[in-house]
Amino acid sequence: MIKNISNLGDTALYCDFGNEVNKSINSQVIKYFKTIKEKKVKGINNLTPSYNKLIISYDLKQTNFNEVKKNIENLNVETSLKLNTKRIEIPICCHESLSLDVKRLEKILNLSRDKILENFLNKEYFCYMTGFIAGMPFLGDLNENMRAQRLETPRVKVPKGSVGLTEQFANIYTFESPGGWNILGNTPVKVFDSSLEYEPTLINPGDTVTFKEISLDQYKNYNE
Amino acid sequence: MSDNYFEIIRPGINTTFQDKGRDHLYHIGIPFSGAMDNRNYLIANKLVNNNLDSAIIEFAYQGPHLKYTGGKINFAITGDVIFIIKKGETEIEGKCYESYQIENGNEINIISTSKSVYGYLALGGELDIKLQWNSCSINTKANIGSNDGKKLDTGQRVNLKKINSNKDIKKTNYINTKIENIRVIKGTNFDYFSEEGKKIFYEKEFKVSKLSDRMGMRLEGPKIENIVNTNIKSEGLIKGVIQVPADGNPIIMLSDHGTVGGYPKIGAVASADYDRLVQMAPGSKIKFKEINLSDAETLFKLYEMETQNLLSQI
Repeated sequence: MIKNISNLGDTALYCDFGNEVNKSINSQVIKYFKTIKEKKVKGINNLTPSYNKLIISYDLKQTNFNEVKKNIENLNVETSLKLNTKRIEIPICCHESLSLDVKRLEKILNLSRDKILENFLNKEYFCYMTGFIAGMPFLGDLNENMRAQRLETPRVKVPKGSVGLTEQFANIYTFESPGGWNILGNTPVKVFDSSLEYEPTLINPGDTVTFKEISLDQYKNYNE
Repeated sequence: MSDNYFEIIRPGINTTFQDKGRDHLYHIGIPFSGAMDNRNYLIANKLVNNNLDSAIIEFAYQGPHLKYTGGKINFAITGDVIFIIKKGETEIEGKCYESYQIENGNEINIISTSKSVYGYLALGGELDIKLQWNSCSINTKANIGSNDGKKLDTGQRVNLKKINSNKDIKKTNYINTKIENIRVIKGTNFDYFSEEGKKIFYEKEFKVSKLSDRMGMRLEGPKIENIVNTNIKSEGLIKGVIQVPADGNPIIMLSDHGTVGGYPKIGAVASADYDRLVQMAPGSKIKFKEINLSDAETLFKLYEMETQNLLSQI
């Protein structure tokens, strides 16, 4: 449930679901997000779900804070329903040419490369949100012993398809971008495809993701 | 192939197609984009009799040099811009907020914006460009929008599907007012900052950094001290939000901003002041003035009335 609604600037509602980051709070955020999206509430022009917050943006020409707040408060959100989501398998190649930060991870986590991969691949992840850059999924939770801080100095260019780790999350760089996550491997799959206007994102909030290791040959031939 | 087109002799620094932008996509990581200075965008379209939401050419600092091939066409430039119109051997210095008619072989050379950042070139008619999510707006960082999401380049053509031309020129007397005080509403992490930090934010002067673009405006000045946590769990952003990362220098989110971010938000710029904010060139001095939400809503109503009033006079 929303604990508190305040304003972010003069064009958005800041809906606070709590401070913790866990699946149960995040599922509430996603349910609110999906319900509001379907209802098409007057003046609302954007919704940004994240771990434990939902930002509701509106067009100040059509409505205002109090009106949108009232509409949201009166909304009937069925929070007990199960989320309707997908399970997705993402191929990942962890060849040394693509696993840019594996040495750093070995050192920080005090685990061998094989152990790191084993931990990473034998786990199902939950998509908490997408964003920062178009279609980038934030996937959690990594095992406790797999949690590393981001790079002290972010890379100016992280290659497209890179799979990165930071703290309890993994993400996928949907295109080349600056970034500070620890890069473990790379996926040849198009996680974001802007030519698909209606469904450009492969992974959406609430979806479940597993990673499957592929060889460098398979990686290179994947899109042929 | 179009019969009416502009060839780009020199593209300028950051020349893109823009319109009103695209909505309902924050949740997959795509910002609004759209013309940075909305009022100047609308006025330019009105001056050439276009629909107000038509695609337009936006440029920053230095604009494009274009050569026209085709039938008679009107154009207008808005902002604080210096430009030259070349008709054969004759060169005339153009005036902003006035429409011009040009013909085959004429050139428009947009030299620079003057003490501001963005200018707008509206072409009478309709550009022949592909939309993405109902908008042409180019976001060069994400390669989204017309022209494969890339800025315009030398040698390429800007084709027109339709041209309209009118011998009656239109003009208006609009002056881009400069303000030093940008009005802001308290941010959701305002209490993360020390008393001294809050005072600095509202009382001291900041300078717009060179590292500013359509994504964000970085400020330099006295550091704003955070006493709680310099990181928060990533959450949604909107344009105008002022984040303060660990180094204590504020960053204001602009139209192409990342949709989520993890730095504490000290404030958010009032929508009424956004057009003037984005026109502040690197080196400009900027001060923040606190207002509350209902003041911000009233100011926006006034801004909107003034905009409609300006448009109705053209």
